[in-house]
Amino acid sequence: MREFAEKLLTECDVAVIGAGHAGCEAALACARLGLETVMFTVSVDSIALMPCNPNVGGTSKGHLVRELDALGGEMGRNIDKAFIQSRMLNESKGSAVHSLRAQADKREYSQRMRETLEHTPHLYIKQAEAAEILVEDGVCRGVKTLSGWTYQAKAVILCTGTYLKARCVYGEVSEQTGPNGLKAAMHLSDSLRENGIELLRFKTGTPARIDGRTVDFSKMTEQKGDDTLVPFSFSNKAEDIAKPQISCWLTYTNEETHRIIRENIGRSPLFSGAIKGTGPRYCPSIEDKVVKFPDKTRHQLFIEPEGLYTNELYISGMSSSLPEDVQHAMIHTVPGLEHAEIVRNAYAIMYDCLDPRQLRPTLELKDIRGLYSAGQSNGSSGYEEAAAQGLVAGINAALKIRGEEPLIIDRSEAYIGVLIDDLTTKENTEPYRMMTSRAEYRLLLRQDNADLRLTPLGRRVGLIDDARWEKFLEKKDAIEREIERVKHVTLGTSEKVQKLLEGYDSTLLKSGITMEELIRRPELDYEKLAPLDPERPDLPADVREQVNIEIKYEGYIRRQRQQVEHFKKLESRLIPEDIDYDEVGSLRIEALQKLKRFRPHSLGQAGRIAGVSPADVAMLNVYLEQKRRENK
Amino acid sequence: MQTDVIAAIATGLSQSGVGIVRISGPGAVDIAEKVTEIRGKTLSALAPRHMALGFVKDGNERLDEALIVVMKAPHSYTGEDTVELQCHGGPLVLKRVLEAVLKAGARLAEPGEYTKRAFLNGRLDLSEAEAVMDLIRAETDFARETALSQLGGSVSERIRHLRAEILEETAFIEAALDDPEHISLDGYPETFAPKLAKITQEVQTLLSGSENGRRLAEGINTVILGRPNVGKSSLLNALLGEERAIVTAIPGTTRDTIEETLRLGDVVLHLADTAGLRETADEIEKIGVALAEKKARESELILYVLDGSESLTKEDEDELGQLAGRQAIVLINKSDLEQVLDEEEVAKKTGMEVIRISARTGEGLERVKEAVERRFLFKEVRQQPLVITNVRHQALLREAEEALLRVKDSLEASLPEDFFTIDLNEAYRSLGLIIGEEAEEDLINEIFGKFCLGK
Repeated sequence: MREFAEKLLTECDVAVIGAGHAGCEAALACARLGLETVMFTVSVDSIALMPCNPNVGGTSKGHLVRELDALGGEMGRNIDKAFIQSRMLNESKGSAVHSLRAQADKREYSQRMRETLEHTPHLYIKQAEAAEILVEDGVCRGVKTLSGWTYQAKAVILCTGTYLKARCVYGEVSEQTGPNGLKAAMHLSDSLRENGIELLRFKTGTPARIDGRTVDFSKMTEQKGDDTLVPFSFSNKAEDIAKPQISCWLTYTNEETHRIIRENIGRSPLFSGAIKGTGPRYCPSIEDKVVKFPDKTRHQLFIEPEGLYTNELYISGMSSSLPEDVQHAMIHTVPGLEHAEIVRNAYAIMYDCLDPRQLRPTLELKDIRGLYSAGQSNGSSGYEEAAAQGLVAGINAALKIRGEEPLIIDRSEAYIGVLIDDLTTKENTEPYRMMTSRAEYRLLLRQDNADLRLTPLGRRVGLIDDARWEKFLEKKDAIEREIERVKHVTLGTSEKVQKLLEGYDSTLLKSGITMEELIRRPELDYEKLAPLDPERPDLPADVREQVNIEIKYEGYIRRQRQQVEHFKKLESRLIPEDIDYDEVGSLRIEALQKLKRFRPHSLGQAGRIAGVSPADVAMLNVYLEQKRRENK
Repeated sequence: MQTDVIAAIATGLSQSGVGIVRISGPGAVDIAEKVTEIRGKTLSALAPRHMALGFVKDGNERLDEALIVVMKAPHSYTGEDTVELQCHGGPLVLKRVLEAVLKAGARLAEPGEYTKRAFLNGRLDLSEAEAVMDLIRAETDFARETALSQLGGSVSERIRHLRAEILEETAFIEAALDDPEHISLDGYPETFAPKLAKITQEVQTLLSGSENGRRLAEGINTVILGRPNVGKSSLLNALLGEERAIVTAIPGTTRDTIEETLRLGDVVLHLADTAGLRETADEIEKIGVALAEKKARESELILYVLDGSESLTKEDEDELGQLAGRQAIVLINKSDLEQVLDEEEVAKKTGMEVIRISARTGEGLERVKEAVERRFLFKEVRQQPLVITNVRHQALLREAEEALLRVKDSLEASLPEDFFTIDLNEAYRSLGLIIGEEAEEDLINEIFGKFCLGK
C-alpha cells in the first residue's frame, strides 16, 4: 500500500511536525514571512491543545509570553481572546518578578488559534503522522508521512511535544497514548535515531479533573481576577479585552491526604520503579511533594475551571500517577472536595525527546542542516516554553531560507534567550521549566519592558507591521522624554511639598531637590508625586510605569547593565565551526571531550558547559586570538 | 598550540657579571643555532640541560663568549624548547645579542610572556603564576613568605569559603522566588542582616590586613616635609648615607623624579621626590607649597622635620594643623646648635608623635621604626594567618566590599529581596575573579602584562 502512496509528492518551503504551542508559533512565523508552510498533526481537532493546566503565563512564563508577543508571536494575542481570568502575580515583590497569568477557556484557546492558522496565507494544515525525516548529506530535505506521502521542504521543524512513543501511566494502568488519550507518534523516533540524533526519555504528569457540580466552594478561598487588566499582547489595550472574569479557588491538602499518599506510595509507578528517572523538580507530583517536604502539614491546591463551556475543574498542585482508587481517596480528604467526582484521572506520561545540546542557538541541529526542533521535543516543559522556542525556530528557518542573518537572542536580552541557552548548553535530566532564578539579569528582563527590549528584533525579522512599529516608537519616545523632563523638575521647601512628604512618612526637605531624587526614595514613587508636578503630561499607564521603574531603580539597572557588558565580552567571541580543539593544546581532558562533543557557539557558551573551567576558556581565548592575528 | 619563538633579556639591564638572553618556543634551538658557534658541535647535538662554552655571533661578527644551555620541552620554565645564552653582563653586549636573536627569527617577548606560556602550557596555575610575580618583586622577607603561602593556596581557600557563604544567600532568595509556596521570605531580612554583616566584616578584615600587609611587603610611600632650611636634605643625605640604609635608585615612572628606598630593618620607606629635596633651598621654594601638599596627600606616611635649634613658627603650626588625621610623625633633627625645642612641648602643641633623631649618629631611628610598626599594625599583620598583598586581589576585595555595602543599603531601604541578589552576585563575581573561578576576557592578559620583561 505504501508503494502506491510513494508516488505522491508535495513541495513546500517548511514542514512543521506538530500543531501544539510550538508548532503553531513555528508555522505562523514561517507563513507570515511568506514561506509555503505545511503543518502536520495527528489530530486537527487538537490544534493548540492545552492537555494540562488551563492557564497561560505565571512566574517567569508570563515573561516568555510577553517577549514572544513583542517578537511577533501569537500566544499573547490568543490568550487575550480566550482568557477567563487575569492576574498580575507577585505584585508585592520587586518589579522584576511581577508576572502575568491568565486562566484560559481551553476550548476557546484552541479554536481561536485554529481560526488564526486557517486564515493565514501560505499555511496548510495536514492531519498525518510524520514517520520519517529525509536527510541527504547532512541536510534535511523533507518529511515522509506514515502513508508514504513525501513532502520536500527546505526546512523541517520538529514540534512533537510529548507524542513520540508516548506512554501514559497511573497505578497499574499503562497505555501507549499521547496526552489526553490522543494517538501517540510511534515511528518518527526511529527515523531520528537512524539519522544520528540522540534521544532522551522524559516524563511529566497532570492532575485529575473533577466535576464542578460535586465541589463545595464554601470551604475554599475565592481567588478573583484583577480589576485592572494588563493584556498579554502589547498590541492590545486593557479596554480592548475587558470582560467579566470567573474565579479560581484555593484549598489545601492535610495530614490525612498525606497519610493516604504515603501508605500507597509503593503503588505509584514513579516510586515502584516502573518508570525510571526523575520527574520535573519544579512541577512535582503530589507524591513528590509529600516525600520531599515531610514536615509540611499541607500543600496548596488551586481549583481552576477548564473553561466556560464545561464544569470540569483542574486540581492544580495535585499531579499524580497513583492508582485510581488512591486518587479518589486522597482527593476526598481535601476540604471542599469530599464528594468530588473525578472526570479524568491524573496520569504520568513518558515520551522521547531530543538531547537539546545537539542544537545551535537558532534551534537548528548542529549536524543536520535545515532540521530544527522546538518545544517539549527539546526536553522543556510548559506551553509558554514551547511557544517561545517554536517562534524562534520558525523565524530562524525562515531567515535561513531567505538567506538572512539568524536571530540569536542571548541571556541578557530575554528569558527566551536564557531558555534556549540553558537547553542547548546545560545537561538536562528532567523537563526544563522556565524560572525567575535562571535569568541572571532579571531586573532588566522585566515583563513590563518586553516590548522595549524585543520589538526592534521582531521588526528586523519582519513580524512587526508598520502600525505596530509606529506605536512602539511613540511609546519609547514618550518614556525617554518624560524621564528627561522629570530630571529637570525641581521642588522647593514649600508647604505643599512638605505636607505631601509628611503624608508618606518621608524626610522633609531642607533645600531644593529634583523630582527624580524624590522618586528614588523607597517610600515614594512617580505616581505619588503627581500632585507636586503640575506640568506633568497626560501619559498612558504603561509609559508612566516605565518612567517610574527606570528612575526608581536607576542604580540597580545601571549595575546590571555593567554586568551585562562583562557577559557580552565573552559572548561576542564566536568560536569558528571548523575549530580543531586538539590543536588548542593545554585543555583538560574533560573540557576537550565536552567541547568536541557540544561544539559551543561562543566562548561564553563554552564557559557554561559543565566540565569546562575558566582556565579552559582562557586557553581557548588565547588560541582564538592567536588565530585571529594569524589571519589578519 | 602553534606558537612563535620569543626572546628577551632575562636579567637586569645593569652592569653585572652575567646576563642571560632567553629564547623560548618551538624552533628556539634552530634560531639559537644561527647565532651561536660551539667548537666542533651543533647546538641540536648538545645534551639537554648541559652547558657548553661557545660564542654568540651576529652574522660573522662574534659578539660575546657565552655559556649555552638547551632545555627541551616540557622540561623548561615555559614548558617549551628553550635556549639560554649566558653572556657577560654589560648592557651593550646583551642588547647586541638580543638583536641578533631577533634578526634570526625570534620575536621580542611581551612583559610576562614567559610565565604566561608556563601558565598556558599547564606548568603553573593562575594563583601560582601571580605568586611567581610577587616572589620576583619581593623586597622583604615578609613579602617572600606571603607569596610562598599564596603559592600554597591560602588565598583560594579563604575566598572559596566567602563565596560559598554568599552563594547560600542568593540560592535561598532565588529558591524562594521560584517556589514561594514552600520557601518563604517572611522574616528573611532580619536573619539575613547579621549574616551579611559577618560576610562584609570578613572581607573588610582581609582588606584592612591587606593594606598594611602590602605596606609591610612592599614599603610605605613616605614624604618628608618641613620648612626650608630645617635640614631636610641633610637629614636625607645622612639617613641614606648610613651604612645600614641600602639605597636603590629607581627612575620615576610618572614624573621625572627619583624615588629612594630607606630600610629600617624590615620596615621599608619609599621616599618620594628626594631629587627635589637634594636641590638647593631656593629651588625647593620654587616647587612651591602646592606641590608639597599634593605629595603629602598622596603619601601614606609623612615625616615632618623641625630644626631643634629654632622654635616652632606659625608656618609650622599651620602645616601641622593640616596634617591632623594623617599618619604623620614629627622629627626634631638634632643639630650642633643649642636646642630650644622640647619634645613634649611640641607634642602637646601639635597633638602629634614627636621623635628626636640624629641623622648623624642614627640616634632615634629605632624609635621611628617602632612608631611605624605600631601605626601600621605590622606586629598584627605578621601574626595574621592570611594577608592579601597582591594589588589585583586587593582591588577585587574592595569591589566585593562595596557591593556588600550596597546590599546593606538595599536591605535598609526595605527593597524587595530580589534586589539584594544583584549586588550579592557582584560580590560573588569579584571574589571569583581573585582565584580565577570566574572567566573574564582580559583577565589573563592583564595579569601577565604586569610581569617584568623576560620572565
